[in-house]
Amino acid sequence: MSEINSNLFFLFKNMPLLLNATLTAILLTFASIFIGMVVGILITFLRIYGSKITKKIVFAYEWVLKGTPPLIVIFIFYFGLGKYLNLGPFLSAALALGLRSSAYQAQIYRGAVLSITSEQTEAGLSLGLSRAKTFMIIIIPQALRLSLPGFTNEFTIVLKDTPLAYAVGLVEILKAGRDILNQPLTQSITGGDITGTLNPFAIFLVCALLYFLLFEVFSYLLHFLSKKYEIPGFVTDKETK
Amino acid sequence: MMFFSKLVTYIPSLLKGLGITLELTLLSAIIGFFAAIFLVVGVLYGNRFFKILCNFIITIIRGTPMMVQLFLIYFGLPGINIKLSPLTAAVIAFIINSSAYQAEYLKGGFMAISKEQIEAAYSIGLNKWDAIRLIVFPQAFRFAIPALSNEIVYLIQYTSVAYTIGLPELFYISKNFASKTYMNLEIYLFIGIIYLIFIYIITKLTDIVEKKLYIPGFDTSHLK
Amino acid sequence: MEENLLIIENIEKAFGSQKVLDGVSFKLNKGDVKVIVGPSGTGKSTLLRCINLLNPPDKGRIYLQNTEITQLPHSKIPSIRQKIGMVFQHFALFNHLSAIDNVALGLIKVKKMNKTDAYEKAMFELKRVGLDQHKDKYPAQLSGGQKQRVGIARALAMDPLLILFDEPTSALDPELIGEVLQVMQNLAKEGMTMICVTHEMGFAKSVANEVIFMEKGKIVEQGPPLKLFTEATHPRTREFLSKISELYGESEKK
Repeated sequence: MSEINSNLFFLFKNMPLLLNATLTAILLTFASIFIGMVVGILITFLRIYGSKITKKIVFAYEWVLKGTPPLIVIFIFYFGLGKYLNLGPFLSAALALGLRSSAYQAQIYRGAVLSITSEQTEAGLSLGLSRAKTFMIIIIPQALRLSLPGFTNEFTIVLKDTPLAYAVGLVEILKAGRDILNQPLTQSITGGDITGTLNPFAIFLVCALLYFLLFEVFSYLLHFLSKKYEIPGFVTDKETK
Repeated sequence: MMFFSKLVTYIPSLLKGLGITLELTLLSAIIGFFAAIFLVVGVLYGNRFFKILCNFIITIIRGTPMMVQLFLIYFGLPGINIKLSPLTAAVIAFIINSSAYQAEYLKGGFMAISKEQIEAAYSIGLNKWDAIRLIVFPQAFRFAIPALSNEIVYLIQYTSVAYTIGLPELFYISKNFASKTYMNLEIYLFIGIIYLIFIYIITKLTDIVEKKLYIPGFDTSHLK
Repeated sequence: MEENLLIIENIEKAFGSQKVLDGVSFKLNKGDVKVIVGPSGTGKSTLLRCINLLNPPDKGRIYLQNTEITQLPHSKIPSIRQKIGMVFQHFALFNHLSAIDNVALGLIKVKKMNKTDAYEKAMFELKRVGLDQHKDKYPAQLSGGQKQRVGIARALAMDPLLILFDEPTSALDPELIGEVLQVMQNLAKEGMTMICVTHEMGFAKSVANEVIFMEKGKIVEQGPPLKLFTEATHPRTREFLSKISELYGESEKK
């Protein structure tokens, strides 16, 4: 019994660290998704309107980023760009996960854009808008709303990739757990020392629970948003990983 | 270049690491597949208890990061007196993880099959399990092939995460190289290319398998 | 007194709060061809699915060859279904199997025949419906009419005591209906016991020995086709049959 008590007490004591780590995980997810979105929209445009060579380059970009293990991409950024630009673990990870996400998001957006008829584009062009402006003002707002289900899926995937940043030293939830585990466990409450070790099973269970909570909350939020903003009358595609 | 001369000395270790990577990938994919069948049949055809249990398992596993599951099994289980080697822990964690995702993909395949198929099976006197085995599953599997091939690609990429628990797979070896030679960027780029090559090979192989299993009426190219 | 092949007694079935079958009874003898007609949603398909226990009735009894099948334990049901054939509105062919495999499957897996005998019988049934040339084609490669004929062959292969036809031509393009009706007519001539839910009035008039008119889950009127079509007693029967006859007309005789 006292073992459970000391575990709970120790976890409680480290709550600020865990909460901080949770915030880091959330921030990393948002940063990566944002980068993925910006680059993803760009390469969707290039893939549809670019020259033959551009299309080939974009295709290669997508293939490389989808095929390289995310852990390696993070390391390449951290030891590559990171070294020259002094980026630090958070930015390296955000860039790495972000660019990888951009390849997957491009796939989602492309599907959405292709399901919007060419008449929309023609209408925009006939108003005098450039191809790029038409794309940004007319096509993208519709495409984004169509992409919401696939986007929801992608968001949770990126969230689940954030612990990879542990490997370059980012203190997200898993690393926080490991750090807490490695702290010496001596704390007196009533005067006597609590000895013994923090149960690793307990701490990692807590990490898992925290991630699960984040997962459920964001899934629910995004699902709610996608229902709210879906264009009535459009049928959206099924999601794949 | 100095990098390649140093790399040559590492080739035996790298090959060993590659072997472990492939071993882990194949074991997880195959055993995970059978576990997935159990899960999806539980969710779709089981009694109330199995429905809830299997659904629960799938939800939890798909709702937590792979790396956290790995840590829980390798670092966490000793806390309740179960100590596993890195390879065992990795295999178990990856099998569990992959089974949940493969179950979802198979479920998608099952849901794509009309109720009439199983009614027709019943109408000629097949019982429930024979109907599932002979009629529904062969069709569900074919619908799920694109997603399942993606899963193998996913697996080979994420075996790299197992380095964190000391499994000497390919990425671990490359990290070793990096720490000894300080040529971080070079080795990671090189290893990245190796992974890409293997993913290319795997994709081509699954394409061949798909062609072999093709039946008119099961066009899944639109699902890719 | 001839032994009744099938006796349906006071069948009731509800889906949720909706009562779909409200006390349906009739008797069926060997060689009978009964056609059930009526407005959509009156439970006709549901009735067929009660008979082969796909959706067992809530109340009432069904007797097959004087054995009650409604209270059977779950495990005995497949063996009963072997004896009752079913042909589906949307064909329900096993998409991953060729035509001949579709027909032979029941023989191999349910009747436990060896493969040679099973395929011989399957070929026989495919010939019977005129599709032996297409035995290796997959359902996706067959037309609607061909698919339905394979469906009939599949049901025939099990040597059932009777065959249930659930709107067999409703999902077919008009020019394909004829080939299926022809097969059904031949079967009836050969003495097969059949219950058909259909809108094909020509078929009903020429082949059925009894027409049953159902509405709102009850049998309104039943009798020989000539009587029902010309001097039906119940006003609803007359109304429905005259409307339907206008729409569908006679079936083409090949």
